[in-house]
Amino acid sequence: MTVHTLSVLVENKPGVLARIAGLFSRRGFNIDSLAVGPTEHPEISRMTIVVNVEESPLEQVTKQLNKLIEVIKIVELEDRESIERELLLVKVKADLETRSQILDVVQLFKARVVDVSPDAITIEVTGNSDKLTDFLRVLEPFGIRELVQSGLVAIGRGGRSITERTLRPVPVPVTAFGA
Amino acid sequence: MTEQGTTGTQVTGAQSLIMSLESAGAENIFGIPGGAILPAYDPLYDSKIRHILVRHEQGAGHAAQGYAAATGKVGVCMATSGPGATNLVTPIADAYMDSVPMVAVTGQVPAAAIGTDAFQEADIRGITMPITKHNFLVTDPAEIPRTVAEAFYLASTGRPGPVLVDVAKSALQAMTTFDWPAEINLPGYRPVARPHSKQIREATKLILEASKPVLYVGGGVIRAKAAQELRVLAEMTGIPVVTTLMARGAFPDSHPQHLGMPGMHGTVAAVAGLQKSDLIISLGARFDDRVTGNLDSFAPGAKVIHADIDPAEIGKNRYVDVPIVGDCREVIADLIVALQAEQDAGNTGDFEGWVKFVAGIKAQYPLGYDTPADGLAPQYVLERLGAISGPESIYCAGVGQHQMWATHYLGFENPNTWINSGGAGTMGFAVPAAMGAKVGRPDATVWAIDGDGCFQMTNQELATCTIEGIPIKVAIINNESLGMVRQWQTLFYEGRYSNTDLHTGPKRRIPDFVKLADAYGAVGLSCDNAGDVDATIKKAMEIDDVPVVVDFRVFRDAMVWPMVAAGTSNDDIKYARDLAPDFEEDEL
Repeated sequence: MTVHTLSVLVENKPGVLARIAGLFSRRGFNIDSLAVGPTEHPEISRMTIVVNVEESPLEQVTKQLNKLIEVIKIVELEDRESIERELLLVKVKADLETRSQILDVVQLFKARVVDVSPDAITIEVTGNSDKLTDFLRVLEPFGIRELVQSGLVAIGRGGRSITERTLRPVPVPVTAFGA
Repeated sequence: MTEQGTTGTQVTGAQSLIMSLESAGAENIFGIPGGAILPAYDPLYDSKIRHILVRHEQGAGHAAQGYAAATGKVGVCMATSGPGATNLVTPIADAYMDSVPMVAVTGQVPAAAIGTDAFQEADIRGITMPITKHNFLVTDPAEIPRTVAEAFYLASTGRPGPVLVDVAKSALQAMTTFDWPAEINLPGYRPVARPHSKQIREATKLILEASKPVLYVGGGVIRAKAAQELRVLAEMTGIPVVTTLMARGAFPDSHPQHLGMPGMHGTVAAVAGLQKSDLIISLGARFDDRVTGNLDSFAPGAKVIHADIDPAEIGKNRYVDVPIVGDCREVIADLIVALQAEQDAGNTGDFEGWVKFVAGIKAQYPLGYDTPADGLAPQYVLERLGAISGPESIYCAGVGQHQMWATHYLGFENPNTWINSGGAGTMGFAVPAAMGAKVGRPDATVWAIDGDGCFQMTNQELATCTIEGIPIKVAIINNESLGMVRQWQTLFYEGRYSNTDLHTGPKRRIPDFVKLADAYGAVGLSCDNAGDVDATIKKAMEIDDVPVVVDFRVFRDAMVWPMVAAGTSNDDIKYARDLAPDFEEDEL
């Protein structure tokens, strides 16, 4: 099994997330992570889906996704050709004794403290999965009380945009469609 | 265009819906009214669209399928919210599996009530997401015309399929403007009909290099209306043809190149033809498990050219050497041109040995059956029915033994004359599908070939047929049991007939199908011996004002052969119980 990152441009319409989630479950494809958000075009949303499949099932995943009417475009983002980021918020046990050590770790990983209480610190960190895994490994001994992680988002390197030309209308004249 | 108004008129959402259906070209709707869809039935009362009031929504859905399959047009069915809509789920799933162009219109509870578990509320859009090509929930009446236009466009283009339009009652009741769109724009939907010329060249090359090619023809050829082109391609190359359950009629059964139907209950020649080929030219077929048997041992020596309008079918089950995305009619037409050019240049394939080999198998292992010493052979009934009613008739079947006997023994010469539930295997399909086919093709003789089990699932539509003047003919192949399940119990469960006896036989006859037909205002006939078969069929043929139901009381233990047991290799085909063909490989 290998991990693939798909950027999926979809029409921003109600139910589109349900369609995609349903497709994955029905066809037996595994989603590692999924993130949805708006794009520079209000009528288009972008999903970043990380799937864990072999090559030929991956082809089925993209073909089946492409069959969904509201899916406009699918691009596989290769590791080296793209920037991948996840966001992690983690609440770590911290008393007077450990707090400064934790702050050292925060600095080392270019993370940020977003909340402090007498017995805990909440930290925000972004990065690729490797960085976040390392970060958590280092924090673990202090005691992780709670953590929440976003799905992965990714964007291709270079000046090209995958949303370009996707909005180009291809109108079809309405006739009686063989009813 | 209707007299109710034209583009720009102020109307109710309900009027807009009916005007939209008229504008989309709908001529017939099969449906049942109910609370949420009720507003739409008022303008429908005055519409030029014929509404056929069915007795169960499942009947409406299958009728729309039968109509679509017989005519090639979009079939339309209509139901109310909640149970009305969920009763359409089976036909929608069936249409999805068999790529039938269909639009299902359902009423939904008022927009403000959606999500509150209101009376007769069901999330039919959510329910049908995995079984529709696309579906819509309309809460804004202004969106009705565009949605209907998109629904018909999606249902009928690319790989055809069912599209559901769920309309909230509040949208039907509100005032709106009717604006039939001049064009629609679906950025994520651009089906490719024209095949890539490079792929056609590659395919042509493989065909000319092959020594044992076979044309594996699927339902896509019927949907693409490509039967004529297929015949030209087959005859110019001499390549043997197999037609799947969904493609029966796409190539004449009487044609010497036709090896019959492949698959679990395929002919020995068709199964062997695929299995021993070195090139499979798949046209609008999808390497379904009922065709391939155990996939790993399916046609091990064959390269594959796979042409389909749905890219997702290509390579889904079987590795493909030359993929061709496109409409089958265009693909075949392009192949004909390319192969003709090669022929003109003196390049023809050499398939002589192969053609002889498969012809030998076809001659050695023809379809056949045992005539029971005491009882009526179901195969004989279908053989005679096909001969007497003829290849211009339309035959709809349910699912099970009778379906397999029908597909083998009726004898098909024309496309769109064989309508059945292939992918979904929906029992009860035949009677409502025949009703829909007869509405679409009133000139044709339409037979429903049904089992005694299937018939009891949907025979209420006989009432619709009688009242609406839709004189279909029903041949019940009555073996007093869920015959196909019983066959498996005979073969794989030591004859332990758990829950397969339907008691429609001489001992009890519950129900009596002749009396049942009479109760529905149809003519009921029965026949239990070979000597009366012709006369009974002819009598049924003479009646054309009301439906006819013929109860053919057949030999109970007749089985469907040939058979490849589920999950086993096609190499293990049996043409009768415990009898495996000997292919004499040396001849190749």
